[in-house]
Amino acid sequence: MQNLLNWIDARFPLTASYKAHLSEYFAPKNFNFWYYFGSLALMVLVLQIVTGIFLTMHYKPDAAYAFASVEYIMRDVPLGWLIRYMHSTGASMFFIVVYLHMMRGLLYGSYRKPRELIWIFGMLIFLMLMAEAFMGYLLPWGQMSYWGAQVIINLFSAVPFIGEDLSTLIRGDFVVGDATLNRFFAFHVIALPLVLVGLVAAHLVALHEVGSNNPDGVEIKKNKDPVTHRPLDGIAFHPYYTVKDILGVVVFLIVFASILFFAPEMGGYFLEANNFIPADPMKTPEHIAPVWYFTPYYAILRAVPPIFGSQFPGVVAMGVAVVIFFLLPWLDKSPVKSIRYRGPKYKVALGLFVVSFIGLGILGILPATELYTWIARVLSLIYFAFFLLMPWYTKNDSHQAEPDRVTF
Amino acid sequence: MNFMTLAPSLFRKILAVALLAAPLCAPLVTQASTAVHLDRAPVNADDHESLQRGARTFTNYCLSCHSASYMRFVRMTDIGLTEAQIKDNLLFTSDKVGNTMTVAMRPSDAKEWFGAPPPDLSVISRSRGSDWLYTYLRGFYRDASRATGWNNTVFDKVGMPHVLASLQGHQVAVMRTEQGEDGKAHSVIDHLKLDKPGRLSPAEYDLLVGDLVNYLTWMGEPAAPTRSRIGVFVLLFLGIFLIIAFYLKKAYWKDIH
Repeated sequence: MQNLLNWIDARFPLTASYKAHLSEYFAPKNFNFWYYFGSLALMVLVLQIVTGIFLTMHYKPDAAYAFASVEYIMRDVPLGWLIRYMHSTGASMFFIVVYLHMMRGLLYGSYRKPRELIWIFGMLIFLMLMAEAFMGYLLPWGQMSYWGAQVIINLFSAVPFIGEDLSTLIRGDFVVGDATLNRFFAFHVIALPLVLVGLVAAHLVALHEVGSNNPDGVEIKKNKDPVTHRPLDGIAFHPYYTVKDILGVVVFLIVFASILFFAPEMGGYFLEANNFIPADPMKTPEHIAPVWYFTPYYAILRAVPPIFGSQFPGVVAMGVAVVIFFLLPWLDKSPVKSIRYRGPKYKVALGLFVVSFIGLGILGILPATELYTWIARVLSLIYFAFFLLMPWYTKNDSHQAEPDRVTF
Repeated sequence: MNFMTLAPSLFRKILAVALLAAPLCAPLVTQASTAVHLDRAPVNADDHESLQRGARTFTNYCLSCHSASYMRFVRMTDIGLTEAQIKDNLLFTSDKVGNTMTVAMRPSDAKEWFGAPPPDLSVISRSRGSDWLYTYLRGFYRDASRATGWNNTVFDKVGMPHVLASLQGHQVAVMRTEQGEDGKAHSVIDHLKLDKPGRLSPAEYDLLVGDLVNYLTWMGEPAAPTRSRIGVFVLLFLGIFLIIAFYLKKAYWKDIH
């Protein structure tokens, strides 16, 4: 056995990689609840890829057969319903996990120097994930798939001058049709997953280069054992965090299985009722709402009034609302990272931001009445103020001194 | 700030907001298209006798115009029928038990006759909901302004005639005046009154429709009973796994101080 390992190590850094990323990757020992969601996101990604492979074996990316092939999977493929529900529940759970993972970053300043690139790779993953989810949602070819895609692709036609050509290029046709379904399928099953896996690898390599942040926001590499050169507050990822993450995985799976086996539609939020009607280009549903994980951004889109009859400002606002996260490492001027040592201004700002994000998410589901639109406008302003005023309120905020060592 | 105080309290606040908000928007989503009160359908996927009665009503009354083209006849073995029973009682002569429930009517003819082709019913319970179907099938009333002579309380200007009229009889709408949001008086349906009795009493008719909707609900997702049965075992397994994972973590972490 040792001979085999030596043979491999002479040709491939197996033992070295195992040590660098698992047995001798030292993570701070004070990770709390919020630190489960990174490994959970990775697990959901694998789950989506594996279930996706099995779905692809039976699914037909053809406007004439797509809806029927999904029902074929649900009825005639042995355990097809299980695979399909794992995939559909997994999509929503992916966003829950990723939103909580991002929230962790906001709480403990995980995006701050020297982790800017981890944050940027993470945001690219988030962008790709949105594209992946959007394109995947077209594939069941139900009414919501069809009209949701129609609405979102039409947003591109609001771009001045090139808009119409751009949206035609995306659709491959003048309306959402077979050509759109085929290209979305191609993007969903191969192009975007490849990019996602590559970005996740970059995210992890960057993380393991600088080391993990922690709830105290202090660098464990500052305090090393003089003999072993290991961080005093660090523990080996394997076995400590592997066994801890197993606990997180089981709790996650209990939630996941409860939804999957007992409420796979999740009251119409994970699988919408209208999506059990086959796509009909001649019949527009009376109320088109995107899936819940896009609704905060959809609410921002609707909150911006059209200028000269053009929806373009709303589209820009929606895009900026997502992309503005990239700037966080440079907007935050606080001398401390973690919310534990920050002053009241940041705590209030973050609290308001969370309220605005959840509020916009709820408003994006509801029909846009005049009152709701005004609430959405106020919440959108809070959303953007959180980012744009950040240099000011983080610089002028009071703060407590960070401890030298992590609290455990 | 003390360790572990702020982050969990913030999390609790977020959770509280989310929990408070969920019931606010839940009913609006599920009932976005219907302002009418819906009666609760007596759905029970374990009641095989009810499902079998519903299957018979379905094949006798619905399947001549509506298809259920993702549903195979043979799947009804799940609700306690044998292949021979399906063949003898529920199949049309030319069909095989492995076939899906298709219909001979051409969509173009159907469109001419009813204004729109009758929808496929395979997953109708999942798009409309069981309660809607239960109310709809009991909500037909005479309306001379309609070409078919029928209208419906939950589906105004419906294209479908009342196929079960010989069983239920003829209902008429009893109107009342109501002040609308615009301040004007509107004539709205107060309730339906049985004008001409059918072959079944109202209670018998409700039972028949209840069985039919039970069947339609089962047909919308025939794997559902299996799903919840497996789910119990999966959760039991995970519950035990949780205990093991908890003590495993504790054992490994005992030397971390």
